[in-house]
Amino acid sequence: MSTRSSTLTGRIMAAPSIIILFLWMIVPLGMTIYFSFLRYNLLMPGMEEWTGLDNYYFFLTDPAFFASLANTLLLVGSVLIITVVGGILLGLMLDQAIFGRGILRLLIIAPFFIMPTVNALVWKNLLMHPVSGMFAWIATSFGLQPIDWFSEAPLTAIIIMVAWQWLPFAVLILLTALQSLDRDQREAAQMDGAGPISIFFYITLPHLGRAITVVILIETIFLLTVFAEIFVTTGGGPGLATTNIAFLVYTQALLQYDIGGASAGGIVAVILANIVAIFLVRLIGKNLDR
Amino acid sequence: MEKTFKSPLKHIAFSVFAWLVGLMIFFPIFWMVLTSFKSELDAISMPPMFFDFDWTLANYVEVQARSNYFKFAMNSVVLSVGSTLIGLVFAVTCAWAMAFSPTKRTKNALLWMLSTKMMPPVGVLVPIYLVFRDWGLLDNRFGIMMVLFLMNLPIMVWMLYTYFKEIPKDILEAARMDGATMPKEILFVLLPMAVPGIASTMLLNIILAWNEAFWTLNLTTSDAAPLTAFIASYSSPEGLFWAKLSAASTMAVAPILIIGWFSQKQLVRGLTFGAVK
Amino acid sequence: MGAIRLEKVRKTFGNLDVIPGVDLDINDGEFVVFVGPSGCGKSTLLRLIAGLEDVSGGKILIDGTDVVDASPAKRGLSMVFQSYALYPHMTVYNNIAFGLKMAGESKAVIEEKVRNAADILNLTDYLDRRPGALSGGQRQRVAIGRAIVRNPAAFLFDEPLSNLDASLRVNMRLEITALHQSLKTTMVYVTHDQVEAMTMANKIVVLQAGRVEQVGAPMELYNRPANKFVAGFIGSPKMNFIEGAYAGQRNSHTLGIRPEHIAVSTESGEIAATVKIAEHLGAETYLHVVADDIGPMTVRATGEMPLGEHDRIWLTPDATRLHRFDAHGQAITAP
Repeated sequence: MSTRSSTLTGRIMAAPSIIILFLWMIVPLGMTIYFSFLRYNLLMPGMEEWTGLDNYYFFLTDPAFFASLANTLLLVGSVLIITVVGGILLGLMLDQAIFGRGILRLLIIAPFFIMPTVNALVWKNLLMHPVSGMFAWIATSFGLQPIDWFSEAPLTAIIIMVAWQWLPFAVLILLTALQSLDRDQREAAQMDGAGPISIFFYITLPHLGRAITVVILIETIFLLTVFAEIFVTTGGGPGLATTNIAFLVYTQALLQYDIGGASAGGIVAVILANIVAIFLVRLIGKNLDR
Repeated sequence: MEKTFKSPLKHIAFSVFAWLVGLMIFFPIFWMVLTSFKSELDAISMPPMFFDFDWTLANYVEVQARSNYFKFAMNSVVLSVGSTLIGLVFAVTCAWAMAFSPTKRTKNALLWMLSTKMMPPVGVLVPIYLVFRDWGLLDNRFGIMMVLFLMNLPIMVWMLYTYFKEIPKDILEAARMDGATMPKEILFVLLPMAVPGIASTMLLNIILAWNEAFWTLNLTTSDAAPLTAFIASYSSPEGLFWAKLSAASTMAVAPILIIGWFSQKQLVRGLTFGAVK
Repeated sequence: MGAIRLEKVRKTFGNLDVIPGVDLDINDGEFVVFVGPSGCGKSTLLRLIAGLEDVSGGKILIDGTDVVDASPAKRGLSMVFQSYALYPHMTVYNNIAFGLKMAGESKAVIEEKVRNAADILNLTDYLDRRPGALSGGQRQRVAIGRAIVRNPAAFLFDEPLSNLDASLRVNMRLEITALHQSLKTTMVYVTHDQVEAMTMANKIVVLQAGRVEQVGAPMELYNRPANKFVAGFIGSPKMNFIEGAYAGQRNSHTLGIRPEHIAVSTESGEIAATVKIAEHLGAETYLHVVADDIGPMTVRATGEMPLGEHDRIWLTPDATRLHRFDAHGQAITAP
């Protein structure tokens, strides 16, 4: 259908979305970049002045930046490992002929639909509370000392609940990929004398490669900006123990009113995300050609 | 490649194991729902009470009476449905054009749209906050609706694009040979065939908008605050309102859980931008 | 009326010349088949006539009127697509009626025309079904029905049988030929299968790389191919091409001999050969042989032949049916 009139209509129809998205991206991003070069504090209006790279210097040399960078990486890395490994195992499990598989699958993917604030508060209060939580009861039943999660292992606690939320995403995608594996390939491998373990490593895992990459990249983009879970449970503490980059920028902007510094932090976050984004966009772009 | 088990015993054993794993993963949600029917005292009792407590609906009543739950729920509905409907108008036309009248730049435009989704919200939090403050859009339903619409627009375009792509071009050409004009072609041929795709795109976007918790927490306080912000208000440490928290949470997640279960298959396609189907 | 005339029709995609310039006359009531290997531009040419692609240059005249700027629907043509392109959400009735509805026909007229078409195509019992509930052959018939009711100046078929299995294809081939005989409407038919071309066409257009290699009646193409390409494309099994001394003796660069124009003897003949593989079909036998001093050849012998691997045989080509080609592959017509 490549006639002249249809091409023109097509352009006119695609334009509004592209223009509005372009504005939504470029205007705020331009402003963030501009602010990041200013000394700009909301508590001192009218005192804005050009400071060059000072904001970046202060943000990047602030010990809080390193702490939050480390927390961000630890959070992203741990959740990725848990969800990918767990996702493969659960995917393989759900790929078997289990009684009531449909219902079981619904139960397993349910956490993904829980809003982050609910997720955080249910885990914090009902499960991880050191006195009345479910985990405390389990620990005492075995004669152990209950863990006070949010003071003894706050980041671990955040990791657990974020991983719980994202595990279903990995399961869903990996299960979809598993189900698209050609039956003939497995049977050919069986004819070649491969056992279940060799089939997994030589047939199944390579087949899942793409799906695993997609899971890793997409989760990374969302995990880099985990916010609500921290906001409602620890508020970034104790100290800086659970402050990630997203939360650090938030505190700087809306709690300390340091617009310049927060903007510099925002740009750092954009750069970090873009490193991941480049790989993802390439991968999906390749897929588009098929 | 569904495997079958050689002996029924193995089949049963594996099923039991799988169900145990599944129930463990589901447990937090189960426990939340259960707690919502307890009194506040039973909710924090040690050892925990499983079924042998006095079941009560008091928490549900009280959540509404004390904190006007329905106002927040209404905001959630308005914001998620509203942003999705605005998005549909833009995304359907855009994806339709990209799928059926592609140009040399279509692929790049699609990938560029995707890349806007990669921008972390904190990168633009400051200017958006300031602009919203200056324009009086803070805690304003319209303002936050626009943000949610723009956030999800790339996903909507992509999802619809992958659905539209699957409609055979031949059929649209046949319609043109049959003399259908562009509006008739869309109305009688394209739309009926695209309804399932549009429906699942809507559902996924309602879910994403409903659960969005960065912008809703930062740009709303009370008037436009949806359930994400309402639940966050329970994070204050004074007093233990677990049962009420659970009741409010159950109501906040129940509709979306149901929608989510219906749209689970499309979810994969939408969230992976068609890379995994 | 449905006379179609192409004048210097060109189509380029970017820098790629898909159709460098085609002149062609299709007379009213003719069954014309465009045939050629995949990628030869035959479908593009059909789509240019249909108006689904814009021409890059030249004229397309339907009954004397230039239609290059007219929309597909305005050209008065109907098309049957390779994938049938049925509307999956409509019943068979509505699929057939859609074009009439778009043209604003009254309900009564639509009803009559659809019933009539369904009658011709044996679809009356299926009018309330959706395409998903039909077999391949039935879907094909619905697609044809949709084309018939619009009473077009010409029918365009884009490889309509390629999605059917072999036996059904033979049936549909006959049905389409019968349809042409009863409607007497111009039909333009695209296929890569030379058997379809030979059996259905009044006129075959052989295309290669966007160029018309030869236009003519089936038997004309079979008996007097203009060049090596047409000679090799028409006829099955393929014509044998012999180069070297044997061809040189007959004043040609390449000598073409059809497998069915070679007499086989186990005692004597012009060329000695050894059988490699014999394919016994009952009514005929295909012999794949290696001829001494010439190389591999295919021979088609009628009836059963008790031959097998390593058997020595003698071949005698029918001297009146030799095809001679020059170094450029063009047929040599002078004696």
